[in-house]
Amino acid sequence: MGKRIGIEVSLAVSEAAKLANVDVISAYPITPQTHIVEHLSELVADGHLDAEFIPVESEHTAMSACIGAAATGARTFTSTCAQGLALMLEICYIGAALRLPIVMAMANRSLSGPISIWNDHGDLMMARDSGWVQIVAENGQEAFDLTIQAFRIAEDHRVLLPVIVNLDGFTLSHVIEPIEILSQEEVNKYLPPYKPKMWLDLKNPITMGPVGIPDVYTEAKKAQDEAMKNTKPVVIEAWNEFAKLFGRKYQPVESYKTEGADTLLVTMGSTSETAMTAIDQMRAAGRKVGLVRIRLYRPFPAEEFVTAIKGAKQIAVMDRALAFSGMETGPLATEIKAILYDQREKPYVWNFIAGLAGRDITVENFTEMADGVEAAAADKLPQGATWTNVRE
Amino acid sequence: MAKETGMISWKELALGCAVTRPGSAADLKTGDWRSQRAVTDYEKCTKCGMCYMFCPDMVYSPKPDGFYEANMYYCKGCGICAKECPADAITMVEESV
Amino acid sequence: MKSAAEALKGFKKFSPKKLPVEEPLSPGHRACQGCGEVLALRQVMKALGHDTIVASATGCMEIITSSFPQSAWRVPWLHVAFENAAAVVSGIEAGYKALMRKGKIPEKKVTFVGMGGDGATADIGMQALSGALERGHNFIYLCFDNEAYMNTGIQRSSSTPYGASTTTSPAGKKSIGQSTWKKNMAAIAVAHGTPYVATCNPYYYLDLMNKAKKASLVEGPAYLHIYSPCPTGWRCNPEEALTTARLAVQTKVFPLYEVIDGKYVISRKITKPKPVSEYFAIQRRFRHLTEKDIAYIQQRIDEEYDKLLALAGETPGAEGEREET
Repeated sequence: MGKRIGIEVSLAVSEAAKLANVDVISAYPITPQTHIVEHLSELVADGHLDAEFIPVESEHTAMSACIGAAATGARTFTSTCAQGLALMLEICYIGAALRLPIVMAMANRSLSGPISIWNDHGDLMMARDSGWVQIVAENGQEAFDLTIQAFRIAEDHRVLLPVIVNLDGFTLSHVIEPIEILSQEEVNKYLPPYKPKMWLDLKNPITMGPVGIPDVYTEAKKAQDEAMKNTKPVVIEAWNEFAKLFGRKYQPVESYKTEGADTLLVTMGSTSETAMTAIDQMRAAGRKVGLVRIRLYRPFPAEEFVTAIKGAKQIAVMDRALAFSGMETGPLATEIKAILYDQREKPYVWNFIAGLAGRDITVENFTEMADGVEAAAADKLPQGATWTNVRE
Repeated sequence: MAKETGMISWKELALGCAVTRPGSAADLKTGDWRSQRAVTDYEKCTKCGMCYMFCPDMVYSPKPDGFYEANMYYCKGCGICAKECPADAITMVEESV
Repeated sequence: MKSAAEALKGFKKFSPKKLPVEEPLSPGHRACQGCGEVLALRQVMKALGHDTIVASATGCMEIITSSFPQSAWRVPWLHVAFENAAAVVSGIEAGYKALMRKGKIPEKKVTFVGMGGDGATADIGMQALSGALERGHNFIYLCFDNEAYMNTGIQRSSSTPYGASTTTSPAGKKSIGQSTWKKNMAAIAVAHGTPYVATCNPYYYLDLMNKAKKASLVEGPAYLHIYSPCPTGWRCNPEEALTTARLAVQTKVFPLYEVIDGKYVISRKITKPKPVSEYFAIQRRFRHLTEKDIAYIQQRIDEEYDKLLALAGETPGAEGEREET
């Protein structure tokens, strides 16, 4: 039986990788991910986890070694964020193209410059087009659960894509929360051993990573794109199975008090829980507001999102990253607007850029977002963006 | 034809665009590239094996009688074997059109 | 962990009459005619055999052997990017190690190889190589040195020899060509405490194959720096690819030696060297050099060779060309 303990979220993520019986860990330290790799290193050093821990000399090597290991059929794990992700990104694209089910925990941190160790979604957005599956945790229990699920999703032969588990740096990684750590038997029931579809096998010598001549590149990418398209049903299946075994249900888009709501907030990550407090307060005051949270970011669950916001007149989308599109809107708002374009009934959308590099987003801020989008909608302003908490 | 040129449907591609047939390059007739070909005079050959070990294209292979047989399918006509043969047994001859 | 010397005790050299017939690299690859690099690769693979897994960097050897849908590889092979062959092979080695130890796959002796050109090794891949050597993975790193970034069109690398003309170090009115001396990668490998380091040359194929085999027997990392003639980039006749290789050794430009547990051993002591001008004469990448340039280079070559002899505890001047391995 799993036991519920107070544990730092980073350590819970390491425990998840240990319970998944990973074979190879190849990681480079970067604040605020360090506790994840340190704890895994300890687990290996004390013999609690039988794995090869490769103390690589950079993140670029970390991902390169992950690919090498995953290509042998080893269950492979790594962790990074921000600048580390930026450094390994070249290789991340290749890992996805090679269809290797590497799992990476990302302790979300802002991208330089200026250099900042504090939490936002710059790195999450940077990996957006890399071909990696991305799921987002809101609290410690989710960080643990999602990591276990990530292996199952990644290794499913209908997917065979690498997966990023996003957890907000410091805000989640460095806090102690009550988390039910599943037992080894429980995890074994849920997560079967990794059976690779293709690997570097002396008996069957294949060539992985050949030159993609113009006659094949398009087809190779189409095949990869199809895999990403086919991932959502596998994720939902994995989450339903998890719910059946352990009672905790996860969905690609989560709703909070959205029934009859005219105004909805849209968030992603740990700030969702702050937003929920704001929703509670506003609801108590009689306002028809609700919250929609994105849990599956890549592939983006468009259908589920449209269903979740049905009936809302206006939505305030919070972005914790920038796209420098010249239009001020962040990446999440831009994607949501694109999805809504096809819908006959579209709510009014206002974008709030908030919480960059660890700047606090308070309950009041969320109330302001609800106020802001309602006012903008009423005034029929052209849909735009506001920077929350910026000192003008 | 499609399989040889790689022009196949995306559905037929191996996972991650891997090449699953080891040594499939052996299908490619690099001999078409040459403008001159290596010709061995076996009377002069001393079976030293240098042509075998110095050919970048694996044209020569050892035979049971100790001589080395040349497979012109691959010979690019570089001339290394002719140049290095200590017995001057190999000559480069213009490839006929 | 055994020392290299212990691992190599009783090492049986390849017999010239009984060379391995296997060709883990197939013909039909797309190398230029007269490519000395693919020849060296072929010879190494014959020495290593089929129980080998190769991680290749982007470069000539990768491009010519893996143009979809063809592959010249008859052993498992993985290409990821340009600067990370050493990192990728670290992962492959760790993966196999973990899987074997955990009983997920049967125990078996596998040779893990990371390979790249001089660009991928001495320049963009330096970091990954340094990390892999320092961490002590059980693998062989092969640097195929054709002395420039040949695959992208003959641009200079840190391994381009002084005075050589390349497209990014062209000889001109204000330039001698490459203005820096060739980076000593073997010394860098030795400085990492690499148990087995050796220089190889495809003309001396028995020596090369023996060194490749030794590298596979040593526990921990091994580094082979392999002279790879490139007629296309060096602008010599294709049939002279091996002439350049032979002259490189005979003029002391590319000395052959091993470093076993840090101890230098000369493979072929050159006591009657040919002048470096003879080496330059057949390669148009050197044709702009003046007599003064060549004299300076000759002096430097002589000095470097004497330094090498000193490291090996040898004195210059004994008679004849002696084969050590």
